[in-house]
Amino acid sequence: MNRSIFAGTAIAALLTGGIAIAQSSSATVGMQLEPPHLDPTGAAAGAIDQVTYSNVFEGLTRFGPDGAVNPGLAESWEISDDGTTYTFKLRSGVTFHDGTALDASDVVFSLDRARADDSTNAQKALFEGIESVEAVDDTTVKVTLKAPQGQFLFNMAWGDAVIVAPESIENIQTKPIGTGAFKFDNWKQGDSISLVKNADYWGTPAKLNEVTFKFISDPTAAFAAMMAQDIDAFYSYPAPENLVQFDADPRFEVLEGSTEGETILAMNNKEEHFANPLVRKAVSMAINRDAIIDGAMFGYGTPIGTHFAPHNPDYVDLLGNSPHDPEAAKALLAEAGYPDGFTTTLKLPPPSYARRGGEIIAAQLREIGIQTEISNLEWAQWLEEVFRGKDFGLTIVSHTEPFDIGIYARPEYYFQYDNADFQALIEKLSVENDPEMRSSMAKEAQKMISDDYVNAYLFQLALTSVTNAKLQGIWNNAPTQAVDMTAVGWAD
Amino acid sequence: MLRFALLRLRSLLLALFVASLVIFAMIELVPGDPASFMLGINAREDTINALREELGLNLPVWQRYTSWVGGMLTGDFGTSYTYRTPVTEILIERLWVSLPLAIYALTLTILIAFPAGIYAASKRGSLTDLTVMGATQLGVAVPNFWFAMLAVLVFAISLRWFPSGGFPGWDAGLYPALRALTLPAIALALPQASILTRIMRSSLLDTLSEDYIRTARAKGLTRGQALRRHALRNALVPVLTIIGLQFSFLLAGAIIIENVFFLPGLGRLVFQAISQRDLIVVESVVMLLVFAVILVNFLVELTYGFVDPQLRRGR
Repeated sequence: MNRSIFAGTAIAALLTGGIAIAQSSSATVGMQLEPPHLDPTGAAAGAIDQVTYSNVFEGLTRFGPDGAVNPGLAESWEISDDGTTYTFKLRSGVTFHDGTALDASDVVFSLDRARADDSTNAQKALFEGIESVEAVDDTTVKVTLKAPQGQFLFNMAWGDAVIVAPESIENIQTKPIGTGAFKFDNWKQGDSISLVKNADYWGTPAKLNEVTFKFISDPTAAFAAMMAQDIDAFYSYPAPENLVQFDADPRFEVLEGSTEGETILAMNNKEEHFANPLVRKAVSMAINRDAIIDGAMFGYGTPIGTHFAPHNPDYVDLLGNSPHDPEAAKALLAEAGYPDGFTTTLKLPPPSYARRGGEIIAAQLREIGIQTEISNLEWAQWLEEVFRGKDFGLTIVSHTEPFDIGIYARPEYYFQYDNADFQALIEKLSVENDPEMRSSMAKEAQKMISDDYVNAYLFQLALTSVTNAKLQGIWNNAPTQAVDMTAVGWAD
Repeated sequence: MLRFALLRLRSLLLALFVASLVIFAMIELVPGDPASFMLGINAREDTINALREELGLNLPVWQRYTSWVGGMLTGDFGTSYTYRTPVTEILIERLWVSLPLAIYALTLTILIAFPAGIYAASKRGSLTDLTVMGATQLGVAVPNFWFAMLAVLVFAISLRWFPSGGFPGWDAGLYPALRALTLPAIALALPQASILTRIMRSSLLDTLSEDYIRTARAKGLTRGQALRRHALRNALVPVLTIIGLQFSFLLAGAIIIENVFFLPGLGRLVFQAISQRDLIVVESVVMLLVFAVILVNFLVELTYGFVDPQLRRGR
């Protein structure tokens, strides 16, 4: 191949302004993490969903920008009176990117695959309640549940529950074939993934002809790429300290929203000190949330008093349970039998909320006499030591799954909260279908864990993205880990 | 010459074998499991086990070692745990960035260091010599990532002559690809050039004080002639050693520069693979780098043979 011809063409393209023309129909979005592969049903990595959710793959239902559950590949559904049978009516005329038609058998295949014994679905629990899945006819699927499940439609909207086809499953990890408004085009590993518009899309077609996700892990490099306008947007911008500068620049817009990430100072409820609720309460009251949000997150984040997203209509403000009061906290410690405090471990995973927040929390705990030995862990180490090994006193982590208060009903879960009443409540909530009852149970659950001071609840993780001011339609909030580009386009 | 080459080859193979054992053992000892990393904090124990089974992580240690080494001997590096593509493919793709970058940077290094070093040595003690030495002092002291960030600010953000980072791929054409590698190559080359200039200068000054140079001067050669005809060739042995080391360093040690310019090179691959516990990729890349370092050293030793006939006889 003659390189000089390439070079010549490239120079010509530059001179004629070819790049400016391309911009109107394509967009490049920066992201910090590269997905390991592209099968959202086979790994937990948020980056997989960010690239593929809605863009490439779709489920029976889908999340809207506000977190509402909307129809997806199922245009409607009927729920039997006892709440155990869901009959989904699929849209007709939907095709996968390889040209094969979507029919009920694909749905049966996808759900059966996710709940199979050898399934590697990271959220297998979503499918646990399914008794059987059957195709009634080409466009009708009947799902029978073991018991009623109030969350079922919500669960089916997750990226882990998208519909895949048996014909293309073998190479799904490197050549994902879905039904979405964009088709997978190319993956330059370590650099970028590009998607192109799906001309045969069943719904509203995408506005952009091409979307490229570019992976830039270094915050300084992210800043440079944005400033040089080599990329058009940076999803979840990693250096909050630069946001003021972008905000002041008319070329850019800063999007500020919320995620589903409850950031908590988790306490090992089975560890000798933290087994005592008085100690846990003392820790909760030693924490100054505003100082952490200002110091570690540059002011971005909403304080929370329980494990629930503040933007959820069922959220209860329980900040009053643990106001910042070092004196009262010290008294509680003394009452618990530690008048001189004690020493414990604080194990921090890599994200900056944990590393920066950890230093501030250590200082706040020192004020009431608790000394912490900080250790910085990589994710793999954290998973091994803290999450699976439960060898920790304190740790900081953001729980990014939506509506995940149910983890408190799992006594083997890493913070090891074991309360039979709470477990019974979650059991009841999971089979309840009536929205009002569900809402009051969700509130009850929030109060219970807040009153027990299971963990110290810090803040809801904010989502801050930077975009070119003319690029419109990028979601402010992250109701799930998605960078839905289907409605994104350039303003004239 | 052949005996010399064979002796070196034997030690090369032995070094590779020992390296494979050490690398494998070290990676076995690192805590962290690729399957639980992949599946995150909501996964059930049985799901994690299903993935471990699928990845072959439940096989005994010796079986994994032999299949790894056996595979490598036939050119098959296995399949990445996280990317699920053959490691060989990933390595080749990354090498197409790292190797040209290393060669580019080394070329710049030599282009700067040789003239500067020779000139400084021939004008020893002059103002030029002092200026060159001062500049190299600075070049060694300034960290290359800091220089890289500065270069991005000036040439990518303000002047917009170069992209701020990324790599368009060689299929985008030679010009865009070289353009993307230019700032990183300069950032990598400056400190290396400073080191090499200093080595070149001091090595030349050493040889210039040897008896045979005095003899050459006594025969009537000028200082410059003696330097070119007699001193330069003898001064090259230490310089070649350093160049060999620098090439290995540039190939493997560009992690930080690759991060600053978000280049998909080998360094970043290792970095990512370690944090994701993609052990098979880590093992293979490290093995490849060890092989590259040993090979470069082997080649450097062979060139000693050309530069210095005494070494050919294989002491």
